[in-house]
Amino acid sequence: MTGQPLPEPAPSPTATDAGIPSTQRAARPRWRETLGLLARNPAAAVSGALLLLIVLVAVFDEALAPTGPNEISVEDRLQPPSLEHPFGTDDLGRDIFSRVILGAAVSLRVGFLAVAVALVIGSLIGLLAGFYGRWVDDVLMRIMDMLFAFPAVLLAIAVLAVRGPGSGNTALAIGIVYIPVFARVTRASVLGVREEVYVRASRSVGASDLRLLTRHVLPNAAPPIIVQTSISLAFAVLAEAALSFLGLGTQPPNPSWGLMLAEGRGFIDIAWWLAFFPGMAIFLTVLCFNLLGDGLRDVLDPRQRTLMAGGAR
Amino acid sequence: MLRRTGQSVVVLAGVSVIVFALVHLVPGDPIRLALGTRFSQETYDALRERSGLDQPLVEQFFSWAGAALTGDLGVSFRSGETVTSLIAERLPATLTLAFASILVALLIAVPLGTLSALRPRSLVDRGATVLSQIGISVPEFWMAIVLILVFAGTLGWLPSGGYVPLTEDPLGWAQRLLMPALVTGVVSGSVITRFVRSSVLEALGADHVRTAQAKGLPTRQVFTWHVLRNALLPLVTVTGVQLAYLLSGVVVVEIVFAWPGLGQLALQAVQARDYPVLQGAILLFAVVFLVINLVVDLLYTAIDPRIRR
Repeated sequence: MTGQPLPEPAPSPTATDAGIPSTQRAARPRWRETLGLLARNPAAAVSGALLLLIVLVAVFDEALAPTGPNEISVEDRLQPPSLEHPFGTDDLGRDIFSRVILGAAVSLRVGFLAVAVALVIGSLIGLLAGFYGRWVDDVLMRIMDMLFAFPAVLLAIAVLAVRGPGSGNTALAIGIVYIPVFARVTRASVLGVREEVYVRASRSVGASDLRLLTRHVLPNAAPPIIVQTSISLAFAVLAEAALSFLGLGTQPPNPSWGLMLAEGRGFIDIAWWLAFFPGMAIFLTVLCFNLLGDGLRDVLDPRQRTLMAGGAR
Repeated sequence: MLRRTGQSVVVLAGVSVIVFALVHLVPGDPIRLALGTRFSQETYDALRERSGLDQPLVEQFFSWAGAALTGDLGVSFRSGETVTSLIAERLPATLTLAFASILVALLIAVPLGTLSALRPRSLVDRGATVLSQIGISVPEFWMAIVLILVFAGTLGWLPSGGYVPLTEDPLGWAQRLLMPALVTGVVSGSVITRFVRSSVLEALGADHVRTAQAKGLPTRQVFTWHVLRNALLPLVTVTGVQLAYLLSGVVVVEIVFAWPGLGQLALQAVQARDYPVLQGAILLFAVVFLVINLVVDLLYTAIDPRIRR
């Protein structure tokens, strides 16, 4: 279990901080060390491995699925789990095992896209607010407060009400919801780094703001952002499932875990497997992202308590 | 304190602009969308005029926001009832569920979090960590479906959903409340457990606790007077945040349990393209969220003299 690769981006390559040696700040673990430390945390290591597996399944979904997502076979309808259909079949005779595999691609794609939106926009806002302070900070963070005042799922529902349902809009909606979270985490982290000796030193020798931000501030402010990314992926997968369950996210006949759960709900008393396996898939994926996030936090940023932990789910 | 309240007002103003903009961001004509395909020109004109959509945008915003301040959130496109009365109808169910859930959450979180902090790395602590991790990761609607299958289906102990007012049928009320409150309570409780654990641990490690122990105070007294009181502070914040979240309608759980709360109202409004209702509901949630956060901050100042200036 040592040094196994993870689906998480390694802390940015500039983390070696070639510029000015810092004696003020404890040396941060570089990415190899991070992986080594992470591997010693069994929960995080197992989660990381399992997530890698889930991502691989999602990437090679069509090759791995025994049948297509919408191959209907009426005589096989509502079959319980068997050797032929490990997870059983649904009311249209579709193979649930195949649909769970193909659903992984949908759920993860929406999750990663959503977090990418939140990460890029939110971190940029947090970076600018934290680095420039004063009115820039005030204006940007008040706008973030406004977004943050909306309940997460309802804000997503509102965005979908405006833009219409579908996977792409779901990703956008979830992404918008998490922008303020990334902005706050990044800003807090940047504030801690901004006045470090190496930043001031670099500034005093005439480095541009852009260079300061990209070479010194961002790399050193990255650990909490990385932790937040993993935890947000957990929430994004959960949110995608919830929105699809409500009929606003991924649309039928596409297989998405949340949608399968909604479809299986009607058969719960005669065919439990319809709702059980997609639910299990959501649960395991979310659990792995959460455990990996916890593990990353222990290694990268032991004192950080992320905002989302206390915030709306 | 004034500054803090002022900030909330600014944020609220911004929120109302966003909520207002919502309807105007919808591609196409909201009224045409709301009415569907078959309607007469008169119906269209009447609804358009009544909802003020024929006025200039800025004027619309101020008349809408001004009316909202006096509690008038407009009229539903669908039923013709006022949004305020629609919301008021749903309020008892939502309040009931939110407070029952917080109760469940605290009943889980406080003992579990405290026990695991008192015996870090023990079996109890590991068990609590695993449980709370599971509670955070499990999809609420899945847990709800499983509970319905077991308790309403197989065992037949509880009704699978619905809501009756307490005054009409106390037993039926409690029976129907149990499962939804359990589902949302377990999720919130898992979040709060982790906070209780870390704040009790932090309080245990404080210097004044060591001093209290060193001067020979009984363990029980040290715990209640020096540890618990300090650990309570973060608990207020996280409970407030969770309450705000629960009050804003746990949409999915309400749907699964056919619970006639605000979340359900909001979702129905989306499906029916009933934008005034959606606007009203979302505005209310945002206000509730801001008010609870403000109250939590002020409460924090009141119970912790160190923060007072």
